[in-house]
Amino acid sequence: MLQPIVFFLICVVGFGYAGYKFSKLRRNVLLGKDEEIEKAPGQRFKNMMLVAFGQKKMFRRWIPAVLHGFIYVAFLFTQIELIEIIVDGFTNGHRTFATALGGLYTLILNSIEILSVLALIATIIFLWRRNMLSIPRFNKPEMEGWPHKDANIILYLEILLVMAILTMNGTDAVLQGIDPEHYPDTGTLAVSGWLGPLVFGGMQESTLALLERAGWWLHFLVVIAFLNYLPISKHLHIIFAFPMTYFARLTPKAEMENMPEIQKEVQSMMDPDATFDEADMSMELPEFGAQDITGLSWLDVLGGYACTQCGRCTDVCPANLTGKKLSPRKVMMDIRTRAEEIGTKLDSGDKQYIAEDKRESAKALTKDNFDDGKSLFDLISKEEIHACTTCQACVEACPININPLEPILKLRRHEILTQSAGPTDWLPMFTAIENGGAVWAMSDARDKWAEDA
Amino acid sequence: MSLTIPRMADLAMEGRVPDVLFWVGCAGSYDARAQKVTVAFCKILNEVGVDFAILGNDEACTGDPARRAGNEFVFQMMAAQNVEVLNGYQIKKIVATCPHCFNVLKNEYPALGGKYEVIHHSVFLQQLIDSGKLKIKGESPLGDKAASITYHDSCYIGRGNGIYEAPREVLNTLKADIQEMNRIKSNGLCCGAGGAQMFKEDEPGDKRINTERSEEAMATGANTIAVNCPFCLTMMSDGVKAAEKQDEVMVYDLAELIVQANRW
Ligand code: SF4
Ligand code: SF4
Repeated sequence: MLQPIVFFLICVVGFGYAGYKFSKLRRNVLLGKDEEIEKAPGQRFKNMMLVAFGQKKMFRRWIPAVLHGFIYVAFLFTQIELIEIIVDGFTNGHRTFATALGGLYTLILNSIEILSVLALIATIIFLWRRNMLSIPRFNKPEMEGWPHKDANIILYLEILLVMAILTMNGTDAVLQGIDPEHYPDTGTLAVSGWLGPLVFGGMQESTLALLERAGWWLHFLVVIAFLNYLPISKHLHIIFAFPMTYFARLTPKAEMENMPEIQKEVQSMMDPDATFDEADMSMELPEFGAQDITGLSWLDVLGGYACTQCGRCTDVCPANLTGKKLSPRKVMMDIRTRAEEIGTKLDSGDKQYIAEDKRESAKALTKDNFDDGKSLFDLISKEEIHACTTCQACVEACPININPLEPILKLRRHEILTQSAGPTDWLPMFTAIENGGAVWAMSDARDKWAEDA
Repeated sequence: MSLTIPRMADLAMEGRVPDVLFWVGCAGSYDARAQKVTVAFCKILNEVGVDFAILGNDEACTGDPARRAGNEFVFQMMAAQNVEVLNGYQIKKIVATCPHCFNVLKNEYPALGGKYEVIHHSVFLQQLIDSGKLKIKGESPLGDKAASITYHDSCYIGRGNGIYEAPREVLNTLKADIQEMNRIKSNGLCCGAGGAQMFKEDEPGDKRINTERSEEAMATGANTIAVNCPFCLTMMSDGVKAAEKQDEVMVYDLAELIVQANRW
């Protein structure tokens, strides 16, 4: 009876803690501003199925797409086995589905086995590619340290998982011959059918039973560990890719988001009949653009968390390609880092993070009175955001429809509108447009070319 | 032949709205090189007999570079002014030779009360050709030299608005051999001018973006780089010059290539 109890406890702790962590992630994503999501459920669902589930954009590069596909599909199929593990775990049963599903069970197990072996091969190739080959996108400055380790850890976990599956199935295959009463027939398995007897054949029944349990537990524990690892890993994309591709903007890539607050202001400035809105005037100067997570849209923050750190965006960024500091991937990674920082500080409840002018009156630290004296600009330099040509290559390249351009433009807006700063080179252009209606200060009439023609 | 370039103000006096308004843009109006494209496009409009007009001095910058730089105030001021002018003239359809003007007019003015049918000249030209109104003579667009052309996708027409084929179809009607670069269509590399980069020095780096792109274009062996954006035109020309290839490799807008092929 011990096993179901232990199993139950691990489930409660494992899933409970993961649930708690995911609720924090949700809170952090929602630190971003509300963004109106254009209603187009059909289109959105289609995008999600094609891009996240179908991995459509991965197939621009065939080899990584296929290898990644093995790992991904293996992961999906293994979830079926996980359900069985949970059922068996609670009921103290063994391969409950085998008798219930019959031939279908054999088919599912065979799929899992074949996919697991393919995933294993892919994993080894990925490890070799990431660590032995000098592929530029894996070796940019933002990948040093944790991001590099993170990428490797998950690959090792994958190897461990496949080992667990093969041990579990391999020993089971042998045990079925020895003790058919306890080990129901699974049908002949594509890999364990021969690998099991090869490796485990001739072992004592007790050893086999022990190994079988070890494989079973390892499988389960790796999955629980994985789930709890996701919130601090780039592998969160395995879940977040779905909301990301669903909610991603549907507007043309070149279209920039309007700022109705400024539109209103300009229109009332230009309209002589406009009434003076007292309420508007008394408000403190609003902050334009974004300097922190709270100024971005929640969709931008979701992008930070969903980012796979694959660097496909940086790989095609013209600024990065020509040696500039800008890397769209780094922008997304910085957004996540900062969102995490704010989240952790909010969790601490420490009143030193309450904005100074509100510290007296505030009862508790909340996202609305939060101010730790830092911002995204501590992570993302002006030099980076100034280098962007708004070419949208990053948006196009992202396999899960993240838009790194959007936050870059919001940071620019903050710099120009709220800080009244920005590259001095731009000032003559602004002045020329404002005063002369053209990007260059010109004395000629705008249609002089037509007179000359 | 002298060109007929009607002004919207004059048409309005007669109570007329032309079929299409030609939005010239700042570069098309003031940049010496881009002016040639403006004139070439007007020539085509005249030859085909399109009923068009320009705003002339009623036209002002769309505000695109200000908006991309982050200066929403300047953008909104220009937008309000332009929308008022366009709506005042009851404009229904606009053709623009600049992808940035095109994008702002098409995608960003509607939210500000300016709703028009907006078309970029590369699509407009393709439609004229398809409908048989614009006939291309089978002569080389480079005069007595055989032309081999490589097309550079501008970001705001390509990725930004998903137009990849129209400009290529226009080029296919020319007597020229077409050479594609490695990075094309949705994977096309920027010329380096967008996002108001045109108006500032580069950030520190080890290469200019236009150098990178021009090198790629020249590596195709083509003697002509076709563009459909006045800023790409500048950037690619500068890149060719930096490589001292300006005598061997020419940079032309689609409209210019048509005019040259037709010996207009
Ligand atoms: S839009 Fe900006 S960040 Fe994205 S690829 Fe182009 S230059 Fe790089
Ligand atoms: S933003 Fe997209 S393309 Fe860039 S690293 Fe993240 S997942 Fe990859």
